[in-house]
Amino acid sequence: MAKKNPKISRALAKNIRRNFVERLIEIALMLSGLIAVLITFGIVFILVTESLPFFEAVSLKEFLTSTVWTPNFEKKNYGILPLVSGTLTITGIALIVAVPLGTITAVYLSEFASHKIRETIKPVLELLVGVPTVVFGYFALLLVTPILQKIYPDLPTFNMLGPGIVMGVMIVPYIASVAEDAMRAVPMSMREGAYAMGATRFQTAVSVVMPAATSGIVAAYILAVSRGIGETMIVAIAAGQQPNFTFNPVESAATITAYIVSVALGDLEHGGIGYQSIFAAGIVLFIMTLSLNILGQWTRKKFTERY
Amino acid sequence: MALLLNFVIVFVKKLNGNPRNKIIMARKEILKAESKNFNFHYADGTHALKDINIPLYEKKITALIGPSGCGKSTFLRSFNRMHDLYAGNKYDGEIILHPDDTNILDKKVDPIEVRMRISMVFQKPNPFPKSIYENVAYGLRVRGEHNKRLLDDKVEEALKGASLWNEVKDRLQDLAYNLSGGQQQRLCIARALATDPEIMLFDEPTSALDPIATVNIEELMSELKKKLTILIVTHNMQQAARISDYTAYMYLGEMIEFDETDIIFTKPSKKATEDYITGKFG
Ligand SMILES: Nc1ncnc2c1ncn2[C@@H]1O[C@H](COP(=O)(O)OP(=O)(O)OP(=O)(O)O)[C@@H](O)[C@H]1O
Ligand SMILES: [Mg+2]
Repeated sequence: MAKKNPKISRALAKNIRRNFVERLIEIALMLSGLIAVLITFGIVFILVTESLPFFEAVSLKEFLTSTVWTPNFEKKNYGILPLVSGTLTITGIALIVAVPLGTITAVYLSEFASHKIRETIKPVLELLVGVPTVVFGYFALLLVTPILQKIYPDLPTFNMLGPGIVMGVMIVPYIASVAEDAMRAVPMSMREGAYAMGATRFQTAVSVVMPAATSGIVAAYILAVSRGIGETMIVAIAAGQQPNFTFNPVESAATITAYIVSVALGDLEHGGIGYQSIFAAGIVLFIMTLSLNILGQWTRKKFTERY
Repeated sequence: MALLLNFVIVFVKKLNGNPRNKIIMARKEILKAESKNFNFHYADGTHALKDINIPLYEKKITALIGPSGCGKSTFLRSFNRMHDLYAGNKYDGEIILHPDDTNILDKKVDPIEVRMRISMVFQKPNPFPKSIYENVAYGLRVRGEHNKRLLDDKVEEALKGASLWNEVKDRLQDLAYNLSGGQQQRLCIARALATDPEIMLFDEPTSALDPIATVNIEELMSELKKKLTILIVTHNMQQAARISDYTAYMYLGEMIEFDETDIIFTKPSKKATEDYITGKFG
């Protein structure tokens, strides 16, 4: 028979002090997490409320379908498409450069390079991450575009190709580092299995390690797209700040970020519709990166590594 | 053939002091491979194997037993040059593969060629992140085989050989991870079988499996030895006694005793072996 209300010995009784400290720590941790959430909501809130006046003056239909963006002109027109096309084209060029280079670098570092080589190359790549983007911008304008003009003389000084390529170079270390981490996390037993079947190093890397690391590699690409879409300085400096509805890389163009920064730096008077337009553009940017995040989450779920 | 005969004579001469070895020879076992004065050092200097001499007889199962850390895995993995994957490992001595009479440790021997003839099944099932079909076809694909008919046939044959065919024939395109642990291990055996190896290495193949899956794999091995030579590491004394024909007892990097399994388990000649088998130690 179990006794009712058994007496709990002192040694087993709840330690009030320890419980209290635990509780305090928990609250502190929760508060710091909450700050991040609050800031995010604050940003969304400001974006929405600030762009409301804009959407009172400009219809959503015009904003989404018009192919002309001329806030500075006599006849103002607010169609976001030229900024979106500029953003997508430059990001696309950057990816064409960065995805192969970044992936190959990652495969080399993770599967081929000796310990010594890896420890030499990685810091150099990290150095590239540390270069201020304004330097990349002038690099595009003053070095890459002139070189491209030698090959293709009709290329204007401000174009999407040069900054796109430079942005690609800038993104390589991001892809390389995230993808390399993903591949290195593939357990050795998986590689040994492939080698034991008589696979070469390259076959092992491509047919076993990469598929096993799919979710991490895709995450690297998604990070790269976000980085490209959000990049401001390179484009603002070298692409011309000319809203232009085109996907042609040899034309000049502006991106969403380049437009926002030009307005924020004072091209337009505060308070007017033109000024409010940067919040509308900001929402578009926010939605683009948010969908990328969601896509990232989804691929992560879909391709979770099950070694 | 002449070389083989020559070797048998040398072997007899070498061991003629021990009457038991004469019994072995009397049964006319064919030597498939053997290690000769094999020494192994890991990169950190660990002398993991000391002068190991162990023969593998054709179409027989040889078991390696001994306490944890005695070097069983190290020895097994030497047979398909797994150690070459890690820088700094050093080995000397020979592992001769017959009937070629080739020292597979020779620097001039291509490890990939060795692995094509000597395949391996690991302790933990390690299927690739691919379909069941592609897992089994992998070894043929890396050899450049593209013929769909041939691949289909080989995959079916290997899956049958690993007694997995009936369970998976309707879902060959499923991801291999959807199989149970025991099925995954049989898939790994099928994968290794698909390339028609001469020797199969098993490193504690059932230690991650439940008793029923274990029995399946043990029966499978007895079936496989009709076709090929098997070297298995096991911690399970009953398993070694049940399935193997020869047993080597290892301790601290040395081979203490090698003999027919029946003899090792009934009247071993070394006290150390007896102590280990009877559980007095280890
Ligand atoms: N990568 C390594 N580097 C250095 N020493 C190692 C390495 N792997 C194993 N060893 C050492 O070599 C010796 C033999 O190890 P091995 O894995 O062959 O033992 P084992 O008999 O298979 O043991 P177990 O039954 O636990 O699997 C041990 O002393 C071990 O610590
Ligand atoms: Mg082991």
